[in-house]
Amino acid sequence: MSNLGEPVPRSDGKIKVNGSARFAADQSLPGQLHAVFVSSTIPAGRVANIDTGLALGLPGVVRVLVAGDLPPLHADFNETMVPPLATKSIPMQSDEILHEGQPIAIVLAETLEAAEAGARAVRATYAPAPYINPEAAAPDAVDPERGGYSYLDASEFLKGDPEAAMTSAAHVVQAEYAQPTRHANPMEPSAILASWSGDNLTVYDSVQHLPAVQANLAATFGLERAAVRVISPHTGGGFGVKGYVWPHELLAAMAARVMRRPVKLVLTRRDMYGMVGTQPRVTQEIRLGADSTGKLVSMTHVVSNVTGLTEDYIEFATVPSRSFYACDNISNLQLVRRGNMTLPTYMRSPAEGPGSWALGSAMDELARAVGMDPIDLRLASYAEVDPVSGDPWSSKKLREAYALGSERFGWRSRPAGGTLDGHWRIGCGMADCSQGVTRFGSTVRVLLKADGTARFESSLCDVGQGPATIFAQVVGEILGLSPDRVHAVTGDTNLPPAGPTYGSATTISTGTALHQAATAVRDRLARLCGWPVAEIAMRGGSIVRGTESRTIEAVLSEAGVSELSGDGALEIENYADAGLPGFPARSFGAIFVEVGVDPELGLLRLRRATGAYSVGRILNARTARSQMIGGIVWGWGQAAMEASHFEPSLGRWHAKDLANVVLPVNADIPPEIDIAFVDEFDPNAGPLGVRSVGTMAATGVAAAVANAVYDAIGIRVRELPITPDKLVQG
Amino acid sequence: MSDHPGKISRRTFMRGTATVAAGVAVIGAPTEAGAQDLAPSRFSSSVTVRFEINGVDHVLDVEPRTTLLDAVRERLQLTGTKKGCNRGECGACTVLMDDRRVNSCLILAASTDGRKITTIEGLADGPVLHPVQQAFIDHDAFQCGFCTSGQIMSAVGCIAEGHAGSNAEIREWMSGNLCRCSAYPQIAAAVEAAAGEIV
Repeated sequence: MSNLGEPVPRSDGKIKVNGSARFAADQSLPGQLHAVFVSSTIPAGRVANIDTGLALGLPGVVRVLVAGDLPPLHADFNETMVPPLATKSIPMQSDEILHEGQPIAIVLAETLEAAEAGARAVRATYAPAPYINPEAAAPDAVDPERGGYSYLDASEFLKGDPEAAMTSAAHVVQAEYAQPTRHANPMEPSAILASWSGDNLTVYDSVQHLPAVQANLAATFGLERAAVRVISPHTGGGFGVKGYVWPHELLAAMAARVMRRPVKLVLTRRDMYGMVGTQPRVTQEIRLGADSTGKLVSMTHVVSNVTGLTEDYIEFATVPSRSFYACDNISNLQLVRRGNMTLPTYMRSPAEGPGSWALGSAMDELARAVGMDPIDLRLASYAEVDPVSGDPWSSKKLREAYALGSERFGWRSRPAGGTLDGHWRIGCGMADCSQGVTRFGSTVRVLLKADGTARFESSLCDVGQGPATIFAQVVGEILGLSPDRVHAVTGDTNLPPAGPTYGSATTISTGTALHQAATAVRDRLARLCGWPVAEIAMRGGSIVRGTESRTIEAVLSEAGVSELSGDGALEIENYADAGLPGFPARSFGAIFVEVGVDPELGLLRLRRATGAYSVGRILNARTARSQMIGGIVWGWGQAAMEASHFEPSLGRWHAKDLANVVLPVNADIPPEIDIAFVDEFDPNAGPLGVRSVGTMAATGVAAAVANAVYDAIGIRVRELPITPDKLVQG
Repeated sequence: MSDHPGKISRRTFMRGTATVAAGVAVIGAPTEAGAQDLAPSRFSSSVTVRFEINGVDHVLDVEPRTTLLDAVRERLQLTGTKKGCNRGECGACTVLMDDRRVNSCLILAASTDGRKITTIEGLADGPVLHPVQQAFIDHDAFQCGFCTSGQIMSAVGCIAEGHAGSNAEIREWMSGNLCRCSAYPQIAAAVEAAAGEIV
């Protein structure tokens, strides 16, 4: 009997509902100082003077650190890579200001209240310089010398002769689509508690990838990696902005070094708009050409995104046009618009998130031009192989997902667009969801104890997706134990280093290593019994061979062994790849939505949604469903609500809070969010048969919503979010 | 209470939170005049509050500017209550004050004298989880768990107020609590189930 796929409740459920799960800001150390940043109010120039006198006169304020007070970056820092370091531009190493909201001083005090009051009392004067509004900057070619983001995917792609093919196409649609900058706003602001003991640094941090923090902090101070310990058992949401290593983490450790006391830094919500990345504003020009049957014959896709001045962050929104559909003629180009802003970053969902919004909208426009159902249009250009390499996919059951989703939603029998329900006009739309698989090198150790319990150890951080729960299922499956007898020991760099918890890569990466480690333990147990590995099975806490059965406790006890351990590793050249070599891997799906539009007031409401997905094997139906629902809500936010507006004269965000930046709340989301998975085991993705889940869930949704809006009232919105001003008619 | 000349009497605070909040707004104003208000004497005062928290009486000397949220987290080390925005916008810091849900970041600790406070740590009956806590597990109503304390405390308040009569009503009255992992349908289902059990 297998527990895999079962909706096993989260192993951390109890500590999450009783308040005992300790996040980074919940940690405290004796003698700690509270740190609060003073940040720049101008977007460009330099700090002329910082008057700390008033702040230092406040009771409880111990020190105000300014640029000259911090240790310089060690020479090792020059060797660090961007990413996983988010940016090499570390504030307070000089007086230069590159964006509004950049830290210029750190107030350290005995209490949080004193530090906050001190920060308000610091008086800075500036020598401003002309600043560049990135949104108004001309698009420029990607510069591979500006950071390493350009190496993560292709900035240019050409296949066939798209221009020639376009001229012979029976149908051509062409449009520009835009989406604004969005901030992730995880509920937990980033936080770090840094403490030195001699030349050893320990940090409690709020992160998605512990080893990256360890490596970059070590380089900052010229230490061996082992001298830095990162502890992060729980992270309160990341959505990408805790994925890479951001400057505040280095600054907190520097402050603790200078002060010789632990320093606790909890970013304010406002800080989250200036000190960690965003999903950048993206504009996309798409042309699609189809023959008379609706088959795609040409696709061109040019994308530009805003970025900072120091590194070129690239939002690879062109990925969908070279991977979603079969087409012989494709061109892609990525451009950047540089200006004085915090460097953007990978945020739920990157690349295919913005890309699927534009392409999914353009496909709907093409379907209407050709006069085909949008599913039939997609089936006419179904990509049986990866359009880039020509290699077959590891596994792809998108046809089945279309059928499953269409059936559950009632797509073929949907109400006619514009059908009235009271003052609401009903519209339905669909779009493709897809995300490429990423695997990261990862290690894990599994231990089987004489009491018949097991545990696995890995630095992995469970940010809420549920890996600690599903990995207990995997270990339990291999060792014949109930998942509640398998304990997760995670979130500490003293444990075997795991890959990051982002890019939907954890299950396929750390899970593969875990499978290997648990299998090694099982094989050792078989050898202890003297039974051939090929003839045994693990069931109900026992090892079984034919009609013989022995409990784990008995085998270990008789052998005088307190525990058996096994190590597992997913070793990947160059740290990350896109699946097993030779098998392009991608998760697929389709999202169907029904919206209501009130054209007089411009109101837009989500009425129901169905997502049907081909993602490989599902290890836990409950946590996977939660991932997909979360992604659909993120997609709804992208479609209908979220935007951070850049104020062009001040060079800052209009709003840096949760009241004036609109996010979905419970009332926005109907209970009718229907999730379905195609039954699938991907044998070419790894031993668990899984690909990737959560990141994909937020793709396609914005396009499906825009398509549904068009269906309802005949207005094609090409700039997100779809706010009332874009829907009010006449 | 301190005898420092800059002290603010408890009576001042007992007039109500709104008055106190107005005073803080002046202190925080980023003007030169506001900066002068930061004169040391102003902050060396403290206020003694006696409140019951999770069934235990506490006597605490707090600064007038200290919020209930910072007092429970940093002074009492009850870190289950979370700070998501510190401005009453996210609900992560929701606690019960005299059995009503409040954003503890918007309550000055000095104004809680004589009050009964319940945080997430005080909800369960020993090892037995409160029905709302159990429902959150059963309905998978969280992912990262950071908003969960506030969601649960808010749900307890929502049910007690009689605002849990239907899924739609729950969604409306639970909309002061953001969940960025976006487990909203599961949260609404958990509250609906718990409401049925409690009633």
